[in-house]
Amino acid sequence: MISNLINHKIFTLLKVQYSNMLEYRVEIALWAISGIIPFFMLNIWTNNNLNESINISVVMLSRYFLCAFFVRQFSVVWVVFSFEEDSLMGRVSPYLIQPLNPFLRYFAQHLAEQITRFPFAIIIAFFFFIFNPESIWIPNLGILVLSTLATFLSFLIQFLIQSIVACLCFWTEKASSIERLIFIPTLFLSGLLAPVASFPEYVKSWVYLTPFPYLIDFPANLLSGNKTNIIGGFSMQILWILLLIPIFRNIWSAGTKKYTAMGS
Amino acid sequence: MSLRKYLKIYSKFLHTSIASELEYKTNIIIDLVTAIFSLIGSIFLLSIFFQNNGSIGSWKFEQALIIQGIYTILNGITNTWFNPNLTEIVKHIREGTLDFVLIKPIDSQFYISLKKINPSGLLEIMLGFFLLLYCIRINQINLNLSFLTLSLVTIICSISILYSLWFFISTTTIWFVKTWNATEVLRSFLYIGRFPLNSFSLSLRIFFSVFIPIAFITNIPSEVFLGISQLWEILLEVIIATIFLVTSRKFWLFALKFYTSASS
Repeated sequence: MISNLINHKIFTLLKVQYSNMLEYRVEIALWAISGIIPFFMLNIWTNNNLNESINISVVMLSRYFLCAFFVRQFSVVWVVFSFEEDSLMGRVSPYLIQPLNPFLRYFAQHLAEQITRFPFAIIIAFFFFIFNPESIWIPNLGILVLSTLATFLSFLIQFLIQSIVACLCFWTEKASSIERLIFIPTLFLSGLLAPVASFPEYVKSWVYLTPFPYLIDFPANLLSGNKTNIIGGFSMQILWILLLIPIFRNIWSAGTKKYTAMGS
Repeated sequence: MSLRKYLKIYSKFLHTSIASELEYKTNIIIDLVTAIFSLIGSIFLLSIFFQNNGSIGSWKFEQALIIQGIYTILNGITNTWFNPNLTEIVKHIREGTLDFVLIKPIDSQFYISLKKINPSGLLEIMLGFFLLLYCIRINQINLNLSFLTLSLVTIICSISILYSLWFFISTTTIWFVKTWNATEVLRSFLYIGRFPLNSFSLSLRIFFSVFIPIAFITNIPSEVFLGISQLWEILLEVIIATIFLVTSRKFWLFALKFYTSASS
């Protein structure tokens, strides 16, 4: 009964947010375009034959970067910015009296945006294959399911991290600068700009213990068919999620106690 | 309508915006740390490219660091002036407060482009300078007057192009209201300014010098630093910068004709 109710809520939220997102198709297309940095990186790698030094063929590397693009498209999170605006504008107050954690609303917003973004990502991939016809491949169903799951877990990790940062809004008002700080390791260590396999040994020895390689590198390797430790990757993702959930819960309950509505 | 009047107004702008930014002291410190980590990350990425290769696109590591230094300075300028001001344009137009800007007895473009300042970007500029000084030492560049003038001229041109690009996109807000994502696209394209233009394939090189002259912004000043720039390149950059500045001005005046205040 209760789970039925939650499902109904989530479904309604998704529907509302999806129709909301459809109004901003151009914006979402622009977002999709702004994610093409991995392709510029690929161009540097292949144009200078840098892939030879890390023993990855051009085809495998281009698949890797295409998958990195996809994973990024479907795991990008911006809760902090929404929540900061809502909290500064005092919009959080009405959310708080509803019997629904406001973060579920943002969660639905993100999922809806990913659905809206899907066709644009497919179009970009289509153009990518026109320019790189040799890198066309079809992953088998099992891999597809596993990498979708891995991408979703990556999204969940980022969503939790950002939600924790967003809750800091209750104390500092400007949590987005903390988000920008966390974004730096996400950018350089997640494998978006260079596969983690290409990192020097002294970085590789510790980077796999951080959540960052599991945000893009692990799902992208999985999907593209590059070498990766599937069980290890999934267990690290789940481990980080299990670690982050209680932190989020605590900070959320502490924050709502601290909350005084803006302008009241 | 004198220069002195504008200088006086600008010093007032500086005073008020620094005073208001200093209210968020922890924020500034976090931004400083972010700037430092961001530079470390960029150099780390660059070192990955060079770990098994002597050069990319005929640039050695020490030479490519110059591009990084100039990029950091320009990014600092973007964060100090362009970003805080030009995001305000969107707000002005959405909330209809552009009316108050237009009735002021000073130039609206001046007001809208220089009203605010984000002091944490200043550290980024300093970091870039230190990196450049270090590059001058490791590349054994002789400092002389012609070199200093030329590099100053090209950097000023780069700033003008960068400003015009930002301002151009922000001006389109008058028609499209929300252009936040378009600036995100620009940001991601600007990202490639960190790397030598020669390291990209020919098609991308053409794209980034003809359609969006991002390559000009960092590469030509870096070539001036190394003393390998051609005279025509410098002249071309001056011409492009002038065209961009004039066009952005004309475009602003043109766009204002279409401005209908919100709610009226």
